[in-house]
Amino acid sequence: MAEFTLPKNSVLTEGKTFKAAEGITNIRRFEVYRWDPDSGENPRIDSYELDMDTCGPMILDAILKIKNEIDSTLTFRRSCREGVCGSCAMTVNGKNTLACTKAIDSYPDTIKIFPLPHMQVIKDLVPDMTHFYAQYASIKPWIETQTPAPADSERLQSKEDRESLDGLYECVLCACCSTSCPSYWWNSERYLGPAVLLQAYRWLVDTRDENTGERLDELEDPFKLYRCHTIMNCTDTCPKGLNPAKAIAETKKLLVQRKLG
Amino acid sequence: MAKKNNRPISPHLQIYRLPLTGIVSISHRMTGVMLSAGLVLFVYIIYAVLGGAVTYAAMQAFAGFWLIKAVYWGFVYALFFHLCHGVRHLIWDAGNSFDRETLNRYALIELGASLVLTLTVLLFI
Repeated sequence: MAEFTLPKNSVLTEGKTFKAAEGITNIRRFEVYRWDPDSGENPRIDSYELDMDTCGPMILDAILKIKNEIDSTLTFRRSCREGVCGSCAMTVNGKNTLACTKAIDSYPDTIKIFPLPHMQVIKDLVPDMTHFYAQYASIKPWIETQTPAPADSERLQSKEDRESLDGLYECVLCACCSTSCPSYWWNSERYLGPAVLLQAYRWLVDTRDENTGERLDELEDPFKLYRCHTIMNCTDTCPKGLNPAKAIAETKKLLVQRKLG
Repeated sequence: MAKKNNRPISPHLQIYRLPLTGIVSISHRMTGVMLSAGLVLFVYIIYAVLGGAVTYAAMQAFAGFWLIKAVYWGFVYALFFHLCHGVRHLIWDAGNSFDRETLNRYALIELGASLVLTLTVLLFI
């Protein structure tokens, strides 16, 4: 059921401010969501004034600078720092993105950083992804076949068949789209969400996969697929420029086409 | 995680900046609810017409009040907006115009078209 307000233990409080040292002129202010599971306190917003002359260009650089130089307790996920691992997904100034591929200069003023929306927070900017990954596993994201594999080669694809996966295979499962979706906020226990549905479509259109019928059966459900109301937050926010909403619409079309024969 | 944890829920509506398409989407739903509620006014008009000259005159006086008039024109705009976004949904259902670059333009076209349609009605009344 839709809950528009935050539960009592999640309401934000004001945190500490870390001022920049005297004499620093090129200052940018970062407001960061903090929650310490051991403190028993509510989440707070800490503010950091950073010297932009000694900071890298990306949001992730700023967060690393805070951790390295100001507050080593700040906790977040990151790995590749080039937009292929999907670890550093977070909400920056009201929109989900990968911190590593988003330039600080693409924002005009103070930068506000939150963990991905409507998720259980483990600590600071680290949300619990267990449910998201379980949903991903539920769509069987691997090739399923009926026919025996060719004896002397792999299962090959034509160039055109391979191109049908463009715009789908690039997804890094960062969950920016799913956690931007109000429908996923209110129904994530039953609705699969844009990221997982895009992956489901990726296997529906893979010419090597031979389980399309069963995959469609699984998706034909009022909640799993049809909680998508074309709000388009997913496509708007995807840091890889993909289009989950389109993949979902194509899946709905496949179901209609199957029914009409 | 055997014990129930006290993990907070990260902020959502409180901090997320809905894109224009998101605003149009929630407005579509809200206008749908409001239009259903507005049907009560419509029933009142029919009822007044049925009641003869006296109730008709009373209804006219009521409907002529500027605030009620404003509600009516809001109703007409909401009706056309709901219609336009409904058409947009049909286009989407056919699998068309999902391009990222055109999404906001389409939303603006919807809002503009419903305004034009409302003004057209205004011309004929």
